[in-house]
Amino acid sequence: MSTETHGHGHGDGHRHEHPSQPDLEDQPVGYYQVMTEALGEVLIDKGVITADELRQQVEWQDSRAPVFGAKLIARAWVDPDFKERLLEDVNGAAAELDIDAGDIPIRAVENTGQVHNVIVCTLCSCYPRSLIGLPPDWYKSRAYRSRTVREPRAVLAEFGTEIGDDMEVRVHDSTADLRYLVMPMRPAGSEDMGEDELADLVGRDSMIGVALARSPGE
Amino acid sequence: MTARFAKGDRVRVRDAHPPGHVRTPSFIRGHNGVITRVIGEFANPEELAYGRDGRPEIPLYWVEFRQTELWSGYAGQAQDTAVVDIFEHWLEPAEGDTP
Repeated sequence: MSTETHGHGHGDGHRHEHPSQPDLEDQPVGYYQVMTEALGEVLIDKGVITADELRQQVEWQDSRAPVFGAKLIARAWVDPDFKERLLEDVNGAAAELDIDAGDIPIRAVENTGQVHNVIVCTLCSCYPRSLIGLPPDWYKSRAYRSRTVREPRAVLAEFGTEIGDDMEVRVHDSTADLRYLVMPMRPAGSEDMGEDELADLVGRDSMIGVALARSPGE
Repeated sequence: MTARFAKGDRVRVRDAHPPGHVRTPSFIRGHNGVITRVIGEFANPEELAYGRDGRPEIPLYWVEFRQTELWSGYAGQAQDTAVVDIFEHWLEPAEGDTP
């Protein structure tokens, strides 16, 4: 990497070396980046979608975050009727809280004292984006996708999550039209907490199933 | 299209290897499992992939497999399972069962 010398202008007039930050365009451009750009241009040129629709969709995707899923889990922890509806139809339950879960049907899978659920997409990288945002890179990796179905307990242990020998580990492979959201167990010591505080205990990884909900004070 | 299988049915995933786009992962082909949920009907992804409309829609199921049945030398526990979403045309009754 090249370096350059420049003045900082913060009073003392000192000069020192910084590596220059490459601009976005200085990174190597991959095949799929080129194909994505080209497809977008063709769809816009042919009037299938407008540039503004494409922009809006990217903006919407980027606005999704685990806080939405966490709100649903916290409500389910305090409201058994809501939990029933969440387990039956996540999209409908989300709409009750004014959360847009998108058009793809999502099913919640409940962790209990007997069963621990974990999600993977062995064929690609299907993920409940509308409720927990874009997937982390590891979720899309070949290692996670192949090993989670083959040796789930070893993968979970690498995330620091040890599942007891008397529990069932249930791996959900989202191969088709559904997406899955794990409903983690409500942690001990959270009995007196309100919904907002409870939502803070529900991290992204606990809704994928590679971690448990945080304990209060953790 | 009426669902051919019901919750609790034992099924076998066809051990087929057709060319083209399919949504049935290799690791369950030829293996036995149990239907744990009839999810509903969805457009056939093997048709959608080639620009067709995917009709008629096909019933989709949750099929639960014992990990020890899928992998020889599975290092976890005997009760561990994998649940995979499988379209009906990939399923047949498990051997010895009547449809």
